[in-house]
Amino acid sequence: MNIETSTYNQPGAGIENIWKILEAVSDPEIPVLSILDLGIVRNVTIKGDFFAKDDGYDVVTITITPTYSGCPAMDMITVNIRMALLEHGYKNIQIKTVLSPAWTTDWMTESGKVKLAAYGIAPPAFKIAACNSMESDDQMAIQCPHCKSYRTEMISRFGSTACKALFKCHDCSEPFDYFKCH
Amino acid sequence: MLSINQSTDQLINLLTTLADSSLIMSQRLSEWTGHGPALEQDIAMTNIALDYLGQARHFYQYIAALKMDGSTEDSIAYLRDAHQYRNHLLVELPNGDWGQTILKIFLFAAFQKPLYEQLQQGKDEHLAAIAEKSLKEVNYHLSWSSDWVIRLGDGTQESKERMVKAIDYVWDYTGELFELISVEPIAINYDLIMQAWFDTLEKIFDKATLLIPSRKPYQTGGLKGNHTEHLGFVLAEMQWLQRVYPNSEW
Repeated sequence: MNIETSTYNQPGAGIENIWKILEAVSDPEIPVLSILDLGIVRNVTIKGDFFAKDDGYDVVTITITPTYSGCPAMDMITVNIRMALLEHGYKNIQIKTVLSPAWTTDWMTESGKVKLAAYGIAPPAFKIAACNSMESDDQMAIQCPHCKSYRTEMISRFGSTACKALFKCHDCSEPFDYFKCH
Repeated sequence: MLSINQSTDQLINLLTTLADSSLIMSQRLSEWTGHGPALEQDIAMTNIALDYLGQARHFYQYIAALKMDGSTEDSIAYLRDAHQYRNHLLVELPNGDWGQTILKIFLFAAFQKPLYEQLQQGKDEHLAAIAEKSLKEVNYHLSWSSDWVIRLGDGTQESKERMVKAIDYVWDYTGELFELISVEPIAINYDLIMQAWFDTLEKIFDKATLLIPSRKPYQTGGLKGNHTEHLGFVLAEMQWLQRVYPNSEW
């Protein structure tokens, strides 16, 4: 793509275009989910940069929030956002991280939850309904993403990544990851 | 009323203890990688270590921003010696067996929970944000380690004996958790934290058929930089690369 003539970076091209670009940035650990499905992009702003008169490029600020404090995917996601925007002709890119309000799985989109289940990972239960008490996880009825049975049991509170727990299904005997509510 | 410099120093002091304790806990727990009693638990331990590392990074990044002297999260973690570390002694103790490691996590998480609950209400917005974020993870650590304390305490004769031994070893290092770190604008109520900690212990130990020792814990010094002989070994392993190849990045 010829960066100089990129339509995305014309004045007034708008924030919608940036959201569209972010839609294509996926989570490195769970590639079926985009970072928008995950709900980690909190804000997008564009404003003219008075200090960069020579190129006239606007400053694009993306505000993201980490899922877990130590999630190693966050550094990579930051790089991927920057790459995606650079590819579309944006030059002045700022990526800010905010911690509060803390990320919750309730920010995951409905389409994200559907994609997760199709990928073989049980989507998170609603926090208000199920995650209030400390002991709730093992009492929750988590649906097996393979055979849809609710006769499942938690094997471990921690699965292949910090955001998942490990379950097994008593009907189809398959183990599966559950994206735990957080 | 303190000057701005004094209150910043106090805040850095508090943040350093929070950061160092999380980092050393993380480093210790990561020793279990590949050695857990079952794959799922090995992964659980690694995930908890990762949470602690993430929390430590947030604290160190904040310290570096406050210091404005060219420090970075890496320089603070990798280029200080043991006497400059301000972590609680509890977290630097050797892991021992699985039960002893579990117990350390349980005792520490039961302390962090009420502490972070207070800090997230505190006046310092950035610290409150880190506390709010970390608290979600701490709750999980606490519930996971509580399950294990109950399972081992109320388990076989051997698992129980090992838990009793672990409690005896670790107990004297728990009093230091409630030592006051004074930060004027963020009044931390350590009495409330200790009460909440005891309540958690009573509840879980009761289910685990374990007894809370009656003696008063006496070990202290970590917050002043006087550590056990164990910390130097932890740092030697953790800092080796940066010490031998300064400023290397990967």
